[in-house]
Amino acid sequence: MALIIDKTACTGCGSCLDACPFGALDLVEDKAQVNDNCTLCGTCVEVCPESALSLEDIQRAADERTATSRGVWVFAEQRDGVLPEVVAELLGQGGRLAADLGVELGAVLLGHGVEALAAELFAQGAQKVYLADDPRLAQFDDGIYAAVLARLIARERPEILLAGATALGRSLIPRVATAVATGLTADCTGLAIDPARRLLLQTRPAFGGNIMATIICPDARPQMATVRPRVMKKALPQPGATGELVRYDLDADLKPSTQVLEVVRAIGEQVNLTAAEVVVVGGRGLGGPEGFDLVRELAQALGGVVGATRGAVDAGWIGHAHQVGQTGRTIGPKLYIGLGVSGAVQHLVGMQSSDVIVAVNTDPNAPIFSVATYGIVGNLFAVVPAMLARLKELRG
Amino acid sequence: MKIIVCLKQVPDTASVKLDPVTHTLKREGVAAVINPFDLFALEAALQLRERVGGQILALTMGPPQAAEMLREAIGYGVDDGLLLSDRAFAGADTWATTAALAAGVRHLGGADLIVCGKQAVDGDTAQVGPGLAMRLGLPQVAFVKAIREAAADHLVVERQMDDGYEVVSLPLPGLITVVREIGEPRPPSLKGKMRAKKFEAPVAGAAALGLAEDQVGLRGSFTQVVEVFAPGAAGQREMLPGPAEAAGRAVIDRLVADKVILLGS
Amino acid sequence: MDYFLSEDQLMIRDLCRQIAEERVKPVRAELDEKEQFPRELMKALAQADLFGLIIPEQYGGLGGGCLENCIAVEELSRACVGVSTTFAASFLGAYPIILFGSEEQKAKYLPIIASGERLAAFALTESAAGSDAGAIQTQARREGDEYVINGSKQWITNGGEARIYSVIAITDRSKGARGASAFIVEEGDPGFSVGKKEIKLGIRASATAELIFNECRIPADRLLAREGMGFVVAMRTFDKSRPGVGAQAVGVAQGALDEAAAFARTRKQFDKPIITFQAVAHMLADMATKVEAARALVYSVARFVDSGAKDISKASAMAKLFPTDIAMEVTTNAVQVLGGHGYMRDYPVEKMMRDAKILQIYEGTNQIQRNVIGQELNKEYGRAK
Repeated sequence: MALIIDKTACTGCGSCLDACPFGALDLVEDKAQVNDNCTLCGTCVEVCPESALSLEDIQRAADERTATSRGVWVFAEQRDGVLPEVVAELLGQGGRLAADLGVELGAVLLGHGVEALAAELFAQGAQKVYLADDPRLAQFDDGIYAAVLARLIARERPEILLAGATALGRSLIPRVATAVATGLTADCTGLAIDPARRLLLQTRPAFGGNIMATIICPDARPQMATVRPRVMKKALPQPGATGELVRYDLDADLKPSTQVLEVVRAIGEQVNLTAAEVVVVGGRGLGGPEGFDLVRELAQALGGVVGATRGAVDAGWIGHAHQVGQTGRTIGPKLYIGLGVSGAVQHLVGMQSSDVIVAVNTDPNAPIFSVATYGIVGNLFAVVPAMLARLKELRG
Repeated sequence: MKIIVCLKQVPDTASVKLDPVTHTLKREGVAAVINPFDLFALEAALQLRERVGGQILALTMGPPQAAEMLREAIGYGVDDGLLLSDRAFAGADTWATTAALAAGVRHLGGADLIVCGKQAVDGDTAQVGPGLAMRLGLPQVAFVKAIREAAADHLVVERQMDDGYEVVSLPLPGLITVVREIGEPRPPSLKGKMRAKKFEAPVAGAAALGLAEDQVGLRGSFTQVVEVFAPGAAGQREMLPGPAEAAGRAVIDRLVADKVILLGS
Repeated sequence: MDYFLSEDQLMIRDLCRQIAEERVKPVRAELDEKEQFPRELMKALAQADLFGLIIPEQYGGLGGGCLENCIAVEELSRACVGVSTTFAASFLGAYPIILFGSEEQKAKYLPIIASGERLAAFALTESAAGSDAGAIQTQARREGDEYVINGSKQWITNGGEARIYSVIAITDRSKGARGASAFIVEEGDPGFSVGKKEIKLGIRASATAELIFNECRIPADRLLAREGMGFVVAMRTFDKSRPGVGAQAVGVAQGALDEAAAFARTRKQFDKPIITFQAVAHMLADMATKVEAARALVYSVARFVDSGAKDISKASAMAKLFPTDIAMEVTTNAVQVLGGHGYMRDYPVEKMMRDAKILQIYEGTNQIQRNVIGQELNKEYGRAK
């Protein structure tokens, strides 16, 4: 397996050297040369203006599952008999994929005393619900959950399995993929079908969101993907819709490998500024503590957290845990939105590494505009409601 | 307790930035570092060794330069390490990676506990820990934020969930992946660094691990990257004019077009 | 600049710089604001083996000398002098044991100081005995197998946080300066307690407290060296530790210079970065030059001390005097370069200025350092004639 460099086409421009995240390319006598650090990530192949780089094509025999597997499945995670939003989103997306493939949409439901949820799954578009209801599944355990899913997959042979990139999904699904020996793409933000090859095109961010990659799993089934919450559109619910309920009785040999001793639900507001991908920050321009209601609303709509400037914190409008800046937290989210933030130097040093910065301020000379990707000079109490309204429209 | 910590060498994400004009990755002398999440795994292992004694081995798969990272791990107080390195390992997805790591664990004679970081900052998949546990037939608990109890035959841990946490008893041998709440990684120690100066990491390739070429690397992977492209946005500067309402709607449209806000396909 | 440091010394510098950047800087403002003792940071320094830096290898340390200590303290001080004072004060408490302890005393105390399990402290100053150390009132009397200590010590760094104290007390008042002795007192010794914790201008993360001895009974084997050696123990300790205070000064001055230069490059007035104005550039040039001069003096004196030289009092006093005066000047000018920003708590330089002031005062005021240097000059030139 290798990266192939066409030395006659290579002009020694160095684009590939700059693009390689691993320092795996060198220029030797004005030609690109690959060294041992290469991970075959393919980044260089994309940037070469002469198309002089390519990855050696691998020919692999597809296993027999590829031809015989049919149907799209959604793993219907439930916690205490409640389906998280992401399940409806997955059913929405799964339904579209199933239509493209001309197959059925199934949902897999594991737990104890959860049969009532099947109706909800039908209403959200599932045509079949595979139900494993057993006291041994009352608490989440990776071992038994993975074993049940793996056996169901082996019996029913779906070609695609989608799951939410939740804590539970990200823990369980990799174990399932390994158990059934297939590929898995984590945290997808886009899913589509290549109809010619019946392949799932799975798009996800890589390198901390610096690049996007589209990934396929050509030779094994099911094609498995986890999907971030709030990414996919829900289908229009069809109350009263029904479908086929397929029960799966657990084999006697299965038992949980771990034991849940205690379940503690999160209490109160959690602020994890440094880990958040979206941070909406309020400044003195909010005019008072009630201004933060709007900040919270926007943060919630974007799945982000609330930050504040020192000015807003010192005014007592919000707690110190929210403070961004030299005397608060340093953040570098994918999206920073500053509302009524002027951009004092001590604030800017705490947020300027954010990937995308949106600033809304009435003062056109506010320093924050010098670092903003998108700037709006205007009253935030008019701008933010318009943003919320547009978001709602687009999400349907 | 014999603990194996899985580490990954990653490009320093601080030095990987997108060129705003060409949309290609810019790097300022690719500094390679220990995956930041793996430092929490290392910290968890060091805490456990303080509590119950034992030995910590660092395991990594990577190019030859990853030996440098194992040396760094010795500086943090790890007892020994093993580098899985072979041209055949290149291009591995998580399936092929866990094949090599599982062989590495067996090569080291197994362990009472395997500790992984929750995910790597370059791949962000969070798949290797659970996948490795499955390969080795071990019970697992992912996203551990605290270790309440450590005994020879089990751990009691707190598992972070989206809606709180659960207290879980994990029989040993087993595998955990840890999150940052496990504790701030300690600095390297002077004595460790002095030992690290003389440390030469043992290296094992596919043959030594008993792995065939089609089990590892790109050839042993189920998934393939078919396209890599730059997301829009970063770097550009734009003032959105007009009345507040129009500007508010326009900025959402821009963020959606740039794929900064994801609505779905 | 290349300071011709060895590979190990560079390793110490890099590790301390890493800890200062990653662990100290993010919390220094909060520690200062809340006057909070940096317990977590001391744990991190212990995990990094830094408390063993100058402890001999056979007692679990790394066997480093004065220069190694200076390098470590400088890097920590660059981020926070409150933290570096806490760290360095433990060595101040340990030096009497390293220099004068019996084999048993060393074996008992040095390993637990080296591991960072216990902090140490040094107690000489009293309310009526500052620069005039000979005026101390705290007394120790021998009673059978015990010494009984009475009196109180003031402004003791690490007071209440340390668990091992090197204490100077009078054993024979009739002998004047030769009537003092040094003792090891442990937390928990009967009759020993910690009084009021001081509220300070700077180094607010460090703990400064009063120690109270009320019929405090300690076993006789806690005596360091012999009776009457108390001031010799104290002076030899200061000879070793004073370059470390100079290193704190170099560190905080460097930290202030870093902030001032970075600010002057980005701050624009009259459409130009203020560093392009000669008035500012010359200030920075003088600051940078003086920091280098101070560092050169500290490093060369530290190397002199490590050479095993006997007459180090003058050099050691110089290595404290000059850098600490420079630190006060450089930190003050850093505040000036930052202007109004510098005066605000949002920026670290006002804290650096407050912290720098103590360096001219503790471990012998700079007036006392000049006295020491003057006396040594008098002796030297007396001999030369």
